[in-house]
Amino acid sequence: MHSPSPAAINRRDFLASVGVGGAGLVLALSLPARGGAAGVRKAAGELNAWLRIGADNSITVLVDRSEMGQGVYTALPMLLAEELEVGIAAIRIISAPVGDAYVNQGNGGQITGTSNSVADAWLKLRTAGAQARLMLTSAAAQVWGIVPDQCHAENGSIQSAHGKSLSYGELAAAAAKLPVPQNVKLKERADFKLIGQSLPRLDTPSKVDGSAEFGIDVKLPGMLHAALAQCATLGGSAQSFDASTAQAMPGVRKVLSCASGIMVIADHYWQAIKARDELKISWDHGANAKLDNAGIRAALHKSLLAGKSLSARKDGDPVQALKGAHKNVSAVYELPMLAHAPMEPMNCTADVRGDRCDLYVGTQAQQLAQSAAAAALGLAPEKVRVFTTLIGGAFGRRLDTDFIPAAALASQAVGRPVKLLWTREDDMMHDFYRPPALIGLSGAFDAQMKLTAWDFHTTSPSITARFDPTSKDPFDSVLEAAANYFYVVPNVAVRYTRQEVGVDFGYLRSVSNAINCFAVECFMDELAAAADVKPYDFRHGLLASKPRHRRVLEEAGRRAGLGEAAPGHFKGLALMEAYGTVLAEVAEISIDAGAVKVHKITCVVDCGQMVNPKIIESQVEGGIVFGLSSTLWGDITISKGQVQQTNFNTYRVLRANEMPIIEVHLLSSDEPPGGIGEPSVALVAPAVCNAICAATGRRLRALPIGTQQLTRT
Amino acid sequence: MIKLNVNSTVLEIDADPETPLLWVLRDHLGMTGTKFGCGKAMCGACTVHLDGVPVRSCLVPLNAVEGKAVTTIEGLSADRSHVLQKAWIELDVPQCGYCQSGQLMSAAALLNANPDPSDADIDAAMAGNICRCGTYSRIRAAVHRAAELLKASGAHA
Ligand code: FES
Ligand code: FES
Repeated sequence: MHSPSPAAINRRDFLASVGVGGAGLVLALSLPARGGAAGVRKAAGELNAWLRIGADNSITVLVDRSEMGQGVYTALPMLLAEELEVGIAAIRIISAPVGDAYVNQGNGGQITGTSNSVADAWLKLRTAGAQARLMLTSAAAQVWGIVPDQCHAENGSIQSAHGKSLSYGELAAAAAKLPVPQNVKLKERADFKLIGQSLPRLDTPSKVDGSAEFGIDVKLPGMLHAALAQCATLGGSAQSFDASTAQAMPGVRKVLSCASGIMVIADHYWQAIKARDELKISWDHGANAKLDNAGIRAALHKSLLAGKSLSARKDGDPVQALKGAHKNVSAVYELPMLAHAPMEPMNCTADVRGDRCDLYVGTQAQQLAQSAAAAALGLAPEKVRVFTTLIGGAFGRRLDTDFIPAAALASQAVGRPVKLLWTREDDMMHDFYRPPALIGLSGAFDAQMKLTAWDFHTTSPSITARFDPTSKDPFDSVLEAAANYFYVVPNVAVRYTRQEVGVDFGYLRSVSNAINCFAVECFMDELAAAADVKPYDFRHGLLASKPRHRRVLEEAGRRAGLGEAAPGHFKGLALMEAYGTVLAEVAEISIDAGAVKVHKITCVVDCGQMVNPKIIESQVEGGIVFGLSSTLWGDITISKGQVQQTNFNTYRVLRANEMPIIEVHLLSSDEPPGGIGEPSVALVAPAVCNAICAATGRRLRALPIGTQQLTRT
Repeated sequence: MIKLNVNSTVLEIDADPETPLLWVLRDHLGMTGTKFGCGKAMCGACTVHLDGVPVRSCLVPLNAVEGKAVTTIEGLSADRSHVLQKAWIELDVPQCGYCQSGQLMSAAALLNANPDPSDADIDAAMAGNICRCGTYSRIRAAVHRAAELLKASGAHA
């Protein structure tokens, strides 16, 4: 439809605009182990940017995407190991440093996001594995004085036709000196030994005994701990402060003012927190002092009615089609702000020595992390090394780097490593929230009640513009999924009106899909009702030329038993394409005393060729839980410029006892690998709300469902 | 100096007696398996056992722990051999993994008290542990699996 995808364009543009897109980083092929020396061009046994083989036969894979639960520390090594002819169980993982080799081609930066880690690595890492195998083969052939064709690779060694064998460890140093073969031939799908297998995750053992090291767990010799006081008003800053009490408290080493707020640095974190509470700060609440939800809503409403918009897609003549219609249907949908709320609050450990800085941080954007610290310290970016830790949940939050400069400044100020850790309240009240949106939709039918026009108009603050204020890109990240409308309708308009409200917003898991799929798939049910056709049949009728979507829809209908339900139970459907994946969800609900109970969610997924189905299944399941939390309760509200939600009591998320049954069906597919970390989030809200409408006749056009009364109309 | 018994080792801690056990474990003892998630007993990430009973260590001050036995994730077993750890590995429960120490400690307390829990027992015992990655179904399945392993071994958790 759009090529390259709008997401790719946007994120590439924003990287270019902040000057890191093409940063010519010398570290591309220098691979310092943690604490190791930088700038070593090539270590012994370093076959390429992703692979090192030790003389002891150890195999180390550098993974250039961040592990935040989605399984890249297993799936990406599997791709390389497939061609290298090794098992994965003994592979050691290191996070890749900042480097050109590690740029995600789908995003234009060294970024873990847009659910494209596997898609980006699919050819890249298999090629790297094949090249290394060929280099090892050539090295063995040289030792034996035979041609490489008489050798083959098997389970970590090269075998000759005459029964001789050399291990990879014995060959690695010699192989690393050989030229890198070009145009290597990759295995056919039928020959895959690892890809497609549900192999155990490599990171699981460390996650059941407490040994996995997240950013919050980093320990460095002499390290101090910092707590940060930030202005509760979004965008506010400290005017002046009195630290005399805090300064005198046990363990306190320094109180420091920085752009993010006032920092207390102490021997232990608890001391820093206690002292932070004793700071007397007078705040300048800034431009948002009067901001509240009503104001935000009013601004969006005005903007939606004004009707001025950028066109993201125009097929046929939608204006004319709407005018000349036999019947028109219109509705307005409303989406709240949401927080990311990963379980591990934001943190960063910095070790600044002279003109160098080491960062130990759970980041989704290594180059941006590097730039953020470099800018704060006044250093050149290459003076900053980034060691990416395991991440205790990110969901897009760690694409932002706002928690990094303060840590770097703290370390610089005390001349020792410092770990800055936000509290849950800091994290909840200082997120880059999912932007709010108002979406106006219209559909037009001809006399035969055939859908002839689709008009989608959204108004929302831009996410992308934060990185490029001059952006007039209609494919803004709040919109891209809407332009993906795949039902076959002759006249389609997808339009966007940017309306800023004074707050900076961020990318949240499933980004525009979670915003737009709600409106699109609920409105599809409204149109079906207007045409007096079942929601399933209505969609099916618009997918005659879309076999992939039709298959997913049909499988969902069959697997979820659409059209039948236990007494008092009702089902709702949603279908979506995003990140190269097509999926459907069916929610089964009942209404009890005016509240919804979600019994079951069935999800059918065609995500193209699969690397590790067991991980895919867990991502789909986890996404559904994430989506159900926000569908039921997700709502960030602002009063006097301050976010009202502070912790998990006021920002409710799904718990074990509130779980529906989740059933995931993965369809086998020849399509290229699609994204899987995000898409399942987006269909929960429309599937549940469509089921609620089936149960009550009440069409919910605003989220969250929360306390909205669900009695039959 | 306050005397502490952590995973069967007696230690002396020089810290403000009001310091929550969570930060004593993490900062003073370097035992970072126990996690900070909310600081208000709302998420369960910091769950440890106090004389076998699961508690949220973020709200337990150091001076309330004196003379009691603290068990953390590091003490659940020396070699990932606890039935729950085996089941967790077998089912690949963790995603990001951040909540899992707390999940395992809550589950361990449950199995100690009830070696063959029903779905409802599990839900009730685990409701205090948030997993933002949404691993709840696998956690439930893994607790059942651990109960099976326990039965097969004839041992007690
Ligand atoms: S950190 Fe203790 S319950 Fe959340
Ligand atoms: S596994 Fe990530 S929070 Fe539970």
